[in-house]
Amino acid sequence: MKELVEILAKALVDQPDKVVVDLVEKDKSIVIELRVAQEDMGKVIGKQGRIAKAIRMVVKASAARQNKKVIVEIV
Amino acid sequence: MKAVEKTGKTVDDAVSLALKDLGASREEVEVTVLDEPSKGIFGFFGAKMARVMVSLKNGPSQRATNLLKNILRTMQMQVGINANEKDHEIQIDLEGSDLGLLIGRRGETLDSLQYLVNLSVNKNQEVRKKVIIDIEGYRRRREETLQKLALKLAEKAKQRGRNVVLEPMSSQERRIIHTVLQGRDDIYTFSEGEEPCRKIIIAPKK
Repeated sequence: MKELVEILAKALVDQPDKVVVDLVEKDKSIVIELRVAQEDMGKVIGKQGRIAKAIRMVVKASAARQNKKVIVEIV
Repeated sequence: MKAVEKTGKTVDDAVSLALKDLGASREEVEVTVLDEPSKGIFGFFGAKMARVMVSLKNGPSQRATNLLKNILRTMQMQVGINANEKDHEIQIDLEGSDLGLLIGRRGETLDSLQYLVNLSVNKNQEVRKKVIIDIEGYRRRREETLQKLALKLAEKAKQRGRNVVLEPMSSQERRIIHTVLQGRDDIYTFSEGEEPCRKIIIAPKK
């Protein structure tokens, strides 16, 4: 799951080496925190969060396979 | 860019060795011949092997396929990927079992995946290539469904003499409906609202 977010983020940004993904596990859900370089923020969020929404959608599909609730946060 | 150097009796031999190493097919690579083979005297003295440099092409369809491969690997999905590059677009077909999850409700997940791959492939590129991803013919089937729906609703608009409003759709799907109802003299179509809730309205002509 963490790897998926990492692959997606690295494919979108200009500075892939600055992509950091952390995983925080809570009772029923997993929170994935995505950090990118300041200049790359727009590339993972997009106009009106369109890119962020797409990332969440793909991650959600992947999580559904493992019956877990996953939240992707961009920090 | 990944590249290997190989030697062989003939250029073809050397190339096929390199392809094996790279796990690529002939269309996916670029070949540079470094040394032409020569038989030498009596095919023995001074015989020279062919030496080639084979590097993986890093074209847009390659980048798209690689990205998809990586994504699907983390999802632990067994999927066949088939890319077909044309002038302005790259058509990618995914095949496998149990791919409904990847399509999502009304193709939402598929659209998201396609959107992300598009962004990545066209990142910092001068020439943009539109990437279209289809899963097990889903888009084709959906197109047929939308065409039928469009014709049915056009009939309804005509009979009732009133506007028929469709549910929100993506620009791709709206285009299918506009196209199928184009040039009719009884009804016309237009879109209203802002993305992502833009929807088509079929109106009777008076």
